[in-house]
Amino acid sequence: MADPRRSPLAHLAEPLAATGIMRELPYLSSFEVRGDPAEPAMARLGAALFPGPLLAASWPTAGHAAGTGPRYALWCGPGWYLLVDEPGSALAEAMADDLPGVSAVDVSAGRTVVELSGPHAREVLAHGCALDLHPRVFGPGSCARTNLAKAQVILHQTASTTYRVFVGASFADYLARWLLDAAVEYIRGEPVDQ
Amino acid sequence: MLSVPCPWCGPRDETEFKYGGQAHVAYPSDPAALSDAEWASYLFLRDNPKGWFAERWFHSAGCRRWFDVVRHTVTYEFAPGVTP
Ligand SMILES: [Zn+2]
Repeated sequence: MADPRRSPLAHLAEPLAATGIMRELPYLSSFEVRGDPAEPAMARLGAALFPGPLLAASWPTAGHAAGTGPRYALWCGPGWYLLVDEPGSALAEAMADDLPGVSAVDVSAGRTVVELSGPHAREVLAHGCALDLHPRVFGPGSCARTNLAKAQVILHQTASTTYRVFVGASFADYLARWLLDAAVEYIRGEPVDQ
Repeated sequence: MLSVPCPWCGPRDETEFKYGGQAHVAYPSDPAALSDAEWASYLFLRDNPKGWFAERWFHSAGCRRWFDVVRHTVTYEFAPGVTP
C-alpha cells in the first residue's frame, strides 16, 4: 500500500529543490525529554540512547548538540532536550525502562525539518535570524531555539555549511515560502513558481 | 531593540522575550487579611524608578525560563553579572 502520509512541505518539494539550497527532511523521529542530567535515570537513558564509552550519559551542554550520526540530542533549555533520529527509529524502545524523574514525549508529528546546505545556506538564514551565525560563534554542533522570520524554530548546524531548521508543522508552509523568497538572490536562473 | 542577557542562552533580541514587570513582588502571606487598598497595592502598584530596576523576563522563544535582571531605565543598560 502506498504511504498515506503527506509531509507538511510535500507541496513545495519542487521549488525547494530548484533552489539547490533547501529540501525537506520529513518524518524525522523526535522526542522531547525533560530531566535533570545529574540524575541517575537521565544517565541511564543517555547510556541506552548513545551506547559506547564516548557518549554514554553525556547530555549536551547549553547551545550544543550531542551524539553522532542520525541520532542526537539538542539542548533546548536547562534539563530540556530534543532527541532526534531517522524516520521510524526505535527511540521509544530506549525509554521502555522505568525512568523516575524523566519525562519523554513523542513529538515526531509536531514538526518538520528544512535542511539548508551549501555556500549560501548561512546567508539565507541570516536574512531572518538575529543570531550571530558566523562560524566563530555558531559552528557545527551548535543549536538554538530562536525565531526565524517570526516563526519559532530550533536551528541546528550539522556540518560546516549544513543547517537543519526544525519548525512546527503549521508554520512550515509560511517558513518555507519565506525561505524560498530569501533564497531568490542566490539562485541562478529563474526561480520555480510556487 | 534591547539585547537581553538570558542567563541560559546568552544575549538574545528583545523580540524573543516577554516582559514580566518588577521582580521580588512577594505574594501576601495572608491575602484574606488585607484591606482592599492593600490588595490593590499588591496587584497594581509597582516601582517606577529613574535608574536601576530589578525586573523579570521570560525567554519565550528560547529556553522558556523566567529570570531576573537589573536594568537601567534611562540607559537601558543591563547590569553585568547581577542575579538579583
Ligand atoms: Zn534563554
